Amino acid sequence: MLADKDRIFTNLYGYQPWNLDAAVKRGDWDDTKKLLEIGQDTIIDRVKASGLRGRGGAGFPTGVKWGFMPKEPKPDRPNFLVINADESEPGSCKDREIIRHDPHKLIEGALVAGFAMRARAAYIYIRGEYIREAEVLFAAIAEAYDKGLIGKNACGSGYDFDVFCHRGAGAYICGEETAMLESLEGKKGQPRLKPPFPAGAGLYGCPTTVNNVESIAVVPTILRRGPEWFASFGRENNKGTKLFQISGHVERPCVVEEAMSIPFRELIETHCGGIRGGWDNLLAVIPGGSSVPLVPAEQIMDCPMDFDGLKDLKSGLGTAAVIVMDKSTDIVQAISRISYFYKHESCGQCTPCREGTGWMWRVMERLRTGDADISEIDTLFEVTKQVEGHTICALGDAAAWPIQGLIRHFRPELERRITEKRGGGTEPMMEAAE
Amino acid sequence: MPKVTVDGTEIEVPQGATVLQACELAGKEIPRFCYHERLSIAGNCRMCLVEVKPGPPKPQASCALPANEGQEIRTDSPMVKAAREGVMEFLLINHPLDCPICDQGGECDLQDQAMAYGKGWSRYDENKRAVTEKYMGPIVKTIMTRCIHCTRCVRFAEEVAGVEEIGAIYRGEDMQITSYLEEAVTSELSGNVVDLCPVGALTSKPYAFEARPWELKKTLAIDVMDAVGTNVRLDSRGRQVLRSLPRVNDEVNEEWASDKTRHAVDGLVRRRLDKPYVRRDGKLHPATWEEAFDAIAAVNAGSSVAAIAGDLVDCETMFAAKALVKDMGSSLIEGRQTGMDYDVSSLSAVNFNTTIARLEEADAILIVGSNVRWEAPLVNTRIRKAIRKRGAKVFGIGPETDLTYKVEWLGNDLSLLGKLPKAVKDAFKDAEKPVVIVGGAALAGGHGGALALAKSLKLVRELEDGTKWNGFNVLHMSAARMGGLMLGYAQPGGIGDIVAARPKLAFFLGADEVDYSRFADSFKVYIGHHGDVGAHAADVILPGASYAEKPGTYVNLEGRVQRGDRAVFAPGDAREDWTILRALSEKLGHTLPFDTFEELRAQMAADAPALANEGLMTFEWNPPALDKKSEGEVAYPIADFYLTNAICRASPTMQRCSAELVHGEDFAEAAE
Repeated sequence: MLADKDRIFTNLYGYQPWNLDAAVKRGDWDDTKKLLEIGQDTIIDRVKASGLRGRGGAGFPTGVKWGFMPKEPKPDRPNFLVINADESEPGSCKDREIIRHDPHKLIEGALVAGFAMRARAAYIYIRGEYIREAEVLFAAIAEAYDKGLIGKNACGSGYDFDVFCHRGAGAYICGEETAMLESLEGKKGQPRLKPPFPAGAGLYGCPTTVNNVESIAVVPTILRRGPEWFASFGRENNKGTKLFQISGHVERPCVVEEAMSIPFRELIETHCGGIRGGWDNLLAVIPGGSSVPLVPAEQIMDCPMDFDGLKDLKSGLGTAAVIVMDKSTDIVQAISRISYFYKHESCGQCTPCREGTGWMWRVMERLRTGDADISEIDTLFEVTKQVEGHTICALGDAAAWPIQGLIRHFRPELERRITEKRGGGTEPMMEAAE
Repeated sequence: MPKVTVDGTEIEVPQGATVLQACELAGKEIPRFCYHERLSIAGNCRMCLVEVKPGPPKPQASCALPANEGQEIRTDSPMVKAAREGVMEFLLINHPLDCPICDQGGECDLQDQAMAYGKGWSRYDENKRAVTEKYMGPIVKTIMTRCIHCTRCVRFAEEVAGVEEIGAIYRGEDMQITSYLEEAVTSELSGNVVDLCPVGALTSKPYAFEARPWELKKTLAIDVMDAVGTNVRLDSRGRQVLRSLPRVNDEVNEEWASDKTRHAVDGLVRRRLDKPYVRRDGKLHPATWEEAFDAIAAVNAGSSVAAIAGDLVDCETMFAAKALVKDMGSSLIEGRQTGMDYDVSSLSAVNFNTTIARLEEADAILIVGSNVRWEAPLVNTRIRKAIRKRGAKVFGIGPETDLTYKVEWLGNDLSLLGKLPKAVKDAFKDAEKPVVIVGGAALAGGHGGALALAKSLKLVRELEDGTKWNGFNVLHMSAARMGGLMLGYAQPGGIGDIVAARPKLAFFLGADEVDYSRFADSFKVYIGHHGDVGAHAADVILPGASYAEKPGTYVNLEGRVQRGDRAVFAPGDAREDWTILRALSEKLGHTLPFDTFEELRAQMAADAPALANEGLMTFEWNPPALDKKSEGEVAYPIADFYLTNAICRASPTMQRCSAELVHGEDFAEAAE
């Protein structure tokens, strides 16, 4: 178990106020000027050394990403930092805790990260449904401006840095980095083609880095305590601490900061009071938010919860939104509901996702009730393969993977429903043509 | 120049080419729906997927991927085949497959590509999506259930037409393409989205259910609705032209055409003059050709004869009339029928010297007295391109009007030509390729002033790469104008000279914008095709052929000689104009010296050698010294874009466009 002294998010549960005074007492904004004085390249090097991988789901090394930004931005094409707080993945709720209880970690991180990548300003794109959270964030930004922590000559460092908060309007796709840029520019939230990548031409055509809230919020602490400290947690290539969000059929669902690579069983036992009905009652786990394939109970139990450990199980860490399902779950309905979510949230721009998500959901619904033919399971699997990897953004993949996971691990269940619906395996009565 | 390998063959591709272009260079066909050469890249149809190494182990959208050195591209691998089949299956699951009742049938990208790249069967058993129709105006018919969301129409409206009135609403499988508030798209280029639409979602409303493409005879012709000389293909069945479609000509119209070019053709079968008429007792009576010719001969005009050419006539007609008038001993010929009398001593001073295509390169543009959007829509698109590609600054003198881009209006006063504001001077000083466009309306009071600008702003210059740049342009709006000027259809005092000469006999070649009251003393012979102003005023009407019914030579506003063919025959007793003049000449005792069209052309070439060959003429820059003093206000000559000549005034489609788009009448459609 992660020791309390090693926690980055010390007000995760909101036992203390979120405001600047309380945040300063917790150690935020502690001589940030000195942090900046170590130099932009040093900051990037230290973040690289810490092994921090992007916390938004893809797990791209954060320091490397920052390194893609132009070192000498032109005055008419400034660098921008965009912070992705459009936390809409079903199961994910970590950014929300950061924003509403510890917003100054994020704002300070924005300054430090923005400074390191020579950004002129940071845009925090917050999910539309996060109303109270946005209020806190707006207030926290105002506090920071009042105290001169950001804005002109931020923290007395001589660096000008603005932080803007922008509220989304409730579209999941705007959490995709380029769709977020489109949305920020006032357009319909649809992902852009890559290349060009945002680091070359992003927000308003200027070099931009899009980072998750958690990736940014941990940066000041990493710099204060040193990259070695951060890298001391977790396995090789999966360093650091991470906010896990455990929901579903555990005794005490919670958001908790833990070291990476903590085994699943330990994570659940330590923080969630175990599985509802005991470990034998565990059916399956979706370990990283709705878009990663589920993992059946016997495989997940002792798996280290990190990027590589879950990748080996053909799943992923995603945002570490662990959705636990016990044997009372109608697993087909659960996946079908996720499938509906992706159908609903597809932006409609590119063909496979626009047409495929609706098709997949409709077949899933029939599989749920058993009104299908066994051969349709294979068809469905093929359709998911036709969507996966053929789309502009990763939403197509995200829609395909849960279904692939279901078919991979629960095909007998699907077949059972179909045969039962037919009345115990006999061929259905043919109906006369009307 | 990067080298790439396409299906095992190594080729070199231009810098900046995409993988799709590389494949095309290698002779491989890449299916596509959303990609279009003249629009921005959307990459959303996913039909053009190919396998590219190095790269992620999944197919890549070739339209959006830059071709890089050493790429190994496969268009024939199992992965590519599966990807195409997969995307095609997705496109078809919600497509209605109502090809038998779809106007796109036979020329549908989706049909063709489904045949070539699809699977041939369907696994989709669910219900198909249905989408309500959207109103897009009198030109575009929508059947949105067929839409495959390629967004070509959206991009065209935004990028080329400059009206942000088509867009997508909703998302996912509920996404719909619609016009803003479902109102008519207020663009004179809206018909182009019909051509762009790869399926039958946007089809031509006037042409709905008229014909199948394989029934149509295709004739290459030149459009006469404006002076751009849009290259068109006239599709006809029997004796009727059913539609006019643009041909690709990058120098002139790219692949666009204005709505007038496309849809005025239904005016070709209405209000036609299909027999000769002779005025007796103040009324026009049908007559035979013999009677009509006799009536003309009876005038005994001697040498008191004149010819006035209209806007739509071809050079051959004008040459034949000129030859007749000359043979009768007169030189009174004029083509500027509305009364303009600008100096034509050097055609370089009244030509669009920059050329339409090179206008894209301009970086500072001054428009003097021209509503370019209505006078030459396809020149306007080039100005838009100059703004987009080169960041051109545009200034305007004249009444403020919406040209679809930002214009800094200086005021409606031609004296501004003599005292340009500093901002304009600065912009032109920094400009590498400056352009001044003078509209017909400004020639009266501003020709000299504009020519003075050509000197002071150094519009004619040598560029750094050694090529010549001539930034002085006159924008004509009549298809016959440049040809007429080359044939000498210009009196020093314009039409006023002819009025003053009081000719006994006057030929009006399709001239419908003339003030006929000034010719009260003349015996007026109207040779034309539509019962319009000219026919009402005429003493004798000789029914001629429209541009679709005769081969002809036309010179567009930049001095480009182009030839069109005959698509159909003129109705009734109507004849090709030159044959009328040839027959009449015999009757008048001044037999014209040609018996065939070829002989006519040969003689025309002898008279005006530049008309002998198709292609762009360059006029030596030799501007006349005119009075620099500029004054007066400008009034744009076109009051109604859709009703500028006899053909479109006869066209029900153009009438409706005018009523709805210019005069704002409401055309509610009955609910179905």
